[in-house]
Amino acid sequence: MPYFDSGESLFEKFCKTQVGRAIFRTGIPRNQRQRMMIMLNGVFLHLHPVRLPKHAVKVKYTWCMGGLSFFVFLVLTVTGILLMFYYRPTVEYAYGDIIDLKEQVPLGLMREIHRWGAHLMVVTVWLHMFRVFMTGSYKPPREFNWVIGVILLVLTMLMSFTGYLLPWDQLAIWAITVGSNMAGATPLVGASGPGASLLAIGDVNFITSSSDARFAMLGGRFVGEGALLRFYVLHCIGLPFVMMIFMIVHFWRVRKDGGISGPT
Amino acid sequence: MAESIKHFINFAANPKVLFPCLLILTLFMFPGNDKLLAINKRLGLYKLWTKKGGIFLFSFMLLFFIFGLTDPNFRLIVTKPDNVPIVALLFLVNFFLWLSMKQAWENDARIAKGQPPQEAEDAKEKILVWPDLVYIEFIALILCSALLLAWACALPAPLEEPANPSVSPNPSKAPWYFLGLQEMLVYFDPWLAGVVFPTIIMLGFMCIPFLDNNKKGCGYYTFNERKMAISIFMFLWLVLWIFLMTTGTFLRGPNWNFFGPFEYWDIHKLEALTNINLSEYIYMILLKQPVPENILLREIWGFLALGLYFGLTPILLALTFLKNVFKQLGVLRYSIFTFLLLCALSLPIKMFLRWAFNIKYIVAIPEFFFNI
Repeated sequence: MPYFDSGESLFEKFCKTQVGRAIFRTGIPRNQRQRMMIMLNGVFLHLHPVRLPKHAVKVKYTWCMGGLSFFVFLVLTVTGILLMFYYRPTVEYAYGDIIDLKEQVPLGLMREIHRWGAHLMVVTVWLHMFRVFMTGSYKPPREFNWVIGVILLVLTMLMSFTGYLLPWDQLAIWAITVGSNMAGATPLVGASGPGASLLAIGDVNFITSSSDARFAMLGGRFVGEGALLRFYVLHCIGLPFVMMIFMIVHFWRVRKDGGISGPT
Repeated sequence: MAESIKHFINFAANPKVLFPCLLILTLFMFPGNDKLLAINKRLGLYKLWTKKGGIFLFSFMLLFFIFGLTDPNFRLIVTKPDNVPIVALLFLVNFFLWLSMKQAWENDARIAKGQPPQEAEDAKEKILVWPDLVYIEFIALILCSALLLAWACALPAPLEEPANPSVSPNPSKAPWYFLGLQEMLVYFDPWLAGVVFPTIIMLGFMCIPFLDNNKKGCGYYTFNERKMAISIFMFLWLVLWIFLMTTGTFLRGPNWNFFGPFEYWDIHKLEALTNINLSEYIYMILLKQPVPENILLREIWGFLALGLYFGLTPILLALTFLKNVFKQLGVLRYSIFTFLLLCALSLPIKMFLRWAFNIKYIVAIPEFFFNI
């Protein structure tokens, strides 16, 4: 075995005790059998199959983008949880808390990692889609997983969009104002969209600026307290929850549809 | 010398110049049928997808970037913290475009010789995921974490003045990944650019696997076996998605006016707005009579144009250029495919109408906020 020396390490001795065996079923994988068992025994590693055709692990084929998207998602979850300790989603405190994050919190790098990680995730998800298209991996039997992937791509952008408002600076509220104004132009259910005036009985309009799609999105007629709370809840709980469900289906389908695509 | 180059680039970066050029370039770089492929081969365009071509592409991009950074206006817009990811994205998209097309052309050469694609050659060997894949993933994670950490240390996250609803910045921009949509706002009203088109884009992307019933080219890089699919995808992805987003980010300044990459963002820059609607164009300029009062009569030409565009073109195409596609796809797939394609093409068409005839709306019923 070229990978390891033959002497027993401390860790290996520990693996042979009752406690060690209880935790690490397989121990250090040295032989063929252990290398297969370690993939089957653990909940995290069993996302993968035990063996693969060699093209499937070549970086020039996969670009690693799907895996990296998931990894960046995890980084964002961890840094996001840390940020939630310091951040209060109210018009009064939000901006000051962001300043404090920079100036008061020791090792205040979490917001940087979170923000740049968010940009990075949008990029890796796009490139993942690009790779899947270029290898024709959406073709049968993987059509449905491509559809799930498109949904995940949209969710990624919505995650990024809702997070954009939270620092509550000029950049944030005006970017969201530009974005949410479009919701007001939704046909039929947006106050400034075509057909809104059709939904009326006599002189009573049902779709007004305080009852249309934009209002539902912002929780108010402009980007204010209501919007901040809505976006915060969606960003931290709502969208990640939906995203986790789609991610589970996405990963499951990769395996069930025959593993990573390849020439048949 | 440097000044005249900058002037030229400022001129060339204008969407009116760059967009048509890119459209034509995409048509020949990713030829969708045999005729275009023959032209591509005669011009030697495919040589970009070789090692030498890659070196050329990247030295060109790098040189442009380094040259640009000597200019204060260019530096100002490119080094804005939130724009850094887009600069990185441009390099990454080009790199991966090159990487995938290089492998595609190499595989095509193999297939032409009767050999299986490289991936099939590799796939003959089976490997254990532990350690062969797990270690690759581990290294990728370490590199990614290192990149993120370095990025976070080097560039502080942007934070502007506290939110102030009464002072709107000029220009007000959406987050960068939505700037393609915001760029569309120049040519379409918000209900189309912000709601209908994004929905169609999403649904259209979901439709791809069900519309593309070409069984070849699954699980390996190839161009020749999927010419048309890749050609259309490149138009959507490189031109309509990446390019419009880049334009919206780097080349749109105050009042959403166009500014070249080396141009100062002058807030007082004026651009004459002399746009007219199709109805006015037809009645006042062509027929030389007043525009009728009746809405339906006024807009009949616009509705007619739209009806012909979405109703007649698919039929005409099925009889001519897309005869084989129609045969392969069947009626339902073909109808959805052409509808989506015509939606995508409506943007370049609207751009052209705007630039050539100053047309603002094809159908304009401001009474119901219904403008197309």
